[in-house]
Amino acid sequence: MRRIGLAFGLLFLWAPILLMVLYAFSADRIPFQWGGWSLRWFAALAANERMREAAFLSLRIAAGAATLAMLLGSLAGWALARFGPFTGRTLLGGLAGAPLVLPEVVTGLSLLLLFVLAQGALEAWLGWAPGRGAATILLAHATIGLAYVAVVVQARLATLDPSLEEAAAGLGAGPFTIFRTVTLPLIAPSLAAGWLLAFTLSLDDVVVASFVSGPAGTTLPMLVFSALKVGLTPEVNALAALVLAVAALAVGGAGLILARRANGAG
Amino acid sequence: MALLTVRGLTKRFGAALALDGLDLEVRPDEVLALLGGSGSGKSTLLRLVAGFEVPDSGRMLLEGRDLAGLPPHARPVGMMFQSYALFPHLTVFDNVAYGLRRERMPRAEIGRRVGEALAMVGLEAMAGRKPHQLSGGQRQRVALVRSLVKRPRLLLLDEPLAALDAGLRERTGLELRAMQRRTGAGFVMVTHDQAEALALADRIAVLDGGRLAQCGPPAELYERPATRFVARFLGAANVLEGKVGTDGAVEAGACRLALPHGAAPGEALAVALRPERIRLLPGAPPMANGVGGVLRDLAYRGDGWMALVALPDGAELRVALPAGAAPPEPGSRLALGWPAEALVALRA
Amino acid sequence: MQRLLILLPPLGWLLLLVAAPLLILGLIAFAEAGPGVPPFIPPLGWAGGPVWQGSTESFGTLLADPYYLEAFLRSLFTAFVTAALCLLLAYPMALGIAGARPSWRLPLLLLVLLPFWTGFLPRLGAWIGLLRDGGWVNGVLGLAGVGPLRLLYSDLALHLGMVHAYLPFAVLPLATTLLRRDRSLEEAAADLGATPFTVFRSVTLPLSLPAAASAFLLVFIPAAGEFVIPELLGPPEAQMVGRVLWGEFFQNRDWPLAAALALALLVLLLPSILFFQRLGRRG
Repeated sequence: MRRIGLAFGLLFLWAPILLMVLYAFSADRIPFQWGGWSLRWFAALAANERMREAAFLSLRIAAGAATLAMLLGSLAGWALARFGPFTGRTLLGGLAGAPLVLPEVVTGLSLLLLFVLAQGALEAWLGWAPGRGAATILLAHATIGLAYVAVVVQARLATLDPSLEEAAAGLGAGPFTIFRTVTLPLIAPSLAAGWLLAFTLSLDDVVVASFVSGPAGTTLPMLVFSALKVGLTPEVNALAALVLAVAALAVGGAGLILARRANGAG
Repeated sequence: MALLTVRGLTKRFGAALALDGLDLEVRPDEVLALLGGSGSGKSTLLRLVAGFEVPDSGRMLLEGRDLAGLPPHARPVGMMFQSYALFPHLTVFDNVAYGLRRERMPRAEIGRRVGEALAMVGLEAMAGRKPHQLSGGQRQRVALVRSLVKRPRLLLLDEPLAALDAGLRERTGLELRAMQRRTGAGFVMVTHDQAEALALADRIAVLDGGRLAQCGPPAELYERPATRFVARFLGAANVLEGKVGTDGAVEAGACRLALPHGAAPGEALAVALRPERIRLLPGAPPMANGVGGVLRDLAYRGDGWMALVALPDGAELRVALPAGAAPPEPGSRLALGWPAEALVALRA
Repeated sequence: MQRLLILLPPLGWLLLLVAAPLLILGLIAFAEAGPGVPPFIPPLGWAGGPVWQGSTESFGTLLADPYYLEAFLRSLFTAFVTAALCLLLAYPMALGIAGARPSWRLPLLLLVLLPFWTGFLPRLGAWIGLLRDGGWVNGVLGLAGVGPLRLLYSDLALHLGMVHAYLPFAVLPLATTLLRRDRSLEEAAADLGATPFTVFRSVTLPLSLPAAASAFLLVFIPAAGEFVIPELLGPPEAQMVGRVLWGEFFQNRDWPLAAALALALLVLLLPSILFFQRLGRRG
């Protein structure tokens, strides 16, 4: 019974994706129609200048936002896990948790309103304001990513055995040395996971980016979204196959490392 | 001079009083066991000495030097944790070398010292392993040498044997004491296991409610407990509550106790009597230092039986019956007696 | 001092980019729409002192026009159905993962989560390709002599897409809870004479209810504000809050009305959000 349920769920999750990947190798111009094996849509994708530019922009935004999110989010997670009850803890926890539960349209609209007002204020004071685009998307994505990193890091720190750091202190390590030699290596996998999560969220986001972007910033998801509104093209098929391959490689690699560690733990 | 002197040490956690003006001395070169139930303050004392908690009041002197204000990493005190706290991301070698590296010791010297330390516990072959690849006993030994490799004058051990299987415990305990003799450091060992404390310690300090109930060599504590708590905690002695009569004997319910030293008439007195000092007598019980009762229950203990004897006044006495003779049937009437010197008057 | 250095950067960032935007959103919901850039008259003006020149007109519009009420109801209904379907699918999946051999658990969990990493839009693209007229599903149906049916841009497509997108979110909390559960409780129940189904009904299920509630809300909350899936798969005439808000903002340029819609959505979701956070703190 449970096996049937699991198999059905996995089939439901994977069938559309696998079919899409299969048809990405079809020569036919109409998606999901078999026209013999071909790599032509991958070639078309590679030749598509707008796609390439948007993908490059998206990757840069995602990397920047994930890095900012990791730095700020780990500080927030540290404060929430380690500072005990302090004034402003509820405020920090509430604000860090908000992007996790706010509907995307609300996050996007509210951030856009802030950016518009900030632009207006800068214009009034300096006579000049930066336009909206990649930078505003990066700020927005870093904020959303921060929330996720804070949760991951806080959870890791909460389960860290406090006697490990005490043992280091007892062996003569000062606070900074303890952090460098014990705490940081132990939470590093969580930091990496948080970074990856923020990176993926940024690469996947259409709604918030569409709100806060200006004419200069069209990310890959925004481009794909406008293409899908008209209908599916074989190029999107090829793109999906490509993304899946990269994701599978990344997850497979991480899984192998985890499995090796778990086996070592015996 | 004492290695560690603790004076009037007090620590509260919120409303709970963990240590209540504790006085204690640790001599150089001894194994001192801190014994007490959970919440008696024994682990708190260890954490205060190591510097992980700050006392509310009182002083701690290590070889005459006040420890107040010294952060944990600046205290010449080693600590072994109940969980061992081995760094999971470092190899056995790097775990043991951790403290030496903090002293910026030359690489070759570190290699030599760590090698020696691992050889001492027979773990040279495990130097390259990670902690999760070791057995429980091996982890315990790595934790021990890691805390000893810096040659601290004082080593604090928090339940060092609690995480081990029963079979490993006795042997590891003896190894622990051998290690203490070899290094000459003072060991302070927290335990809740009285047998462990009696077997391994040079002296035992029994803590009760954040205060020192009694401190002394194991035999002294066992034979001459000072308080009801110590008498019951170590070896589960019978505690008889009574009043001193005009003739100096204590009337404790059905028992009449003639103490070796006598007592002031009219005084209320508690007296400890060890189960193994009570004998079965043929015939009727004597007028003093003896009583008649009914055998209520019998539990086999390998080296004999523990008998529960109901006295006429409703109280019960625990009596240890040696192996060899067949035990009496439950329900039979028994006559019990004990020598006067088996009675210990308790002060609290 | 050290604490402040750790605390201030994230707190400052969050105040500026979470708290301030929400406050501005609340304020602009009370602004009056007007021509210009930005297209509204700020509710707080300055004429020798602060002057209130806001209005509750946008909220009046929301309440007066059944179009908006319908959009809210449709959103909540769709989110509810999506969350319920996800829960129904996810529970047996989580049980299957928890009941699998230990070496299989992590790979199975990854298999559930991997679609999440393949990108949200490509997955919707797959449904478009499968469901469109003359698409793959209709082709298969045609072989069976059925159809062709109008599948894309329907409520069916909408719900398929929603469940497909949100299912991994529902599996994760359930699987972690079921994996961590104390099996001896179930053994005790079986030992006391409970049949396997009774064990499930009286022990396993009640103990996993908080996780099930988490899973439900983890889908319900974002689904209620969903924009992309209804836009790409749903019937064009069926309006949901996300699309209405988007339309008011980008097409009608009525920013105060969009802000009022966002605020109303937030207020409607607030009980769910607070309940979800309480569940999280207990778990």
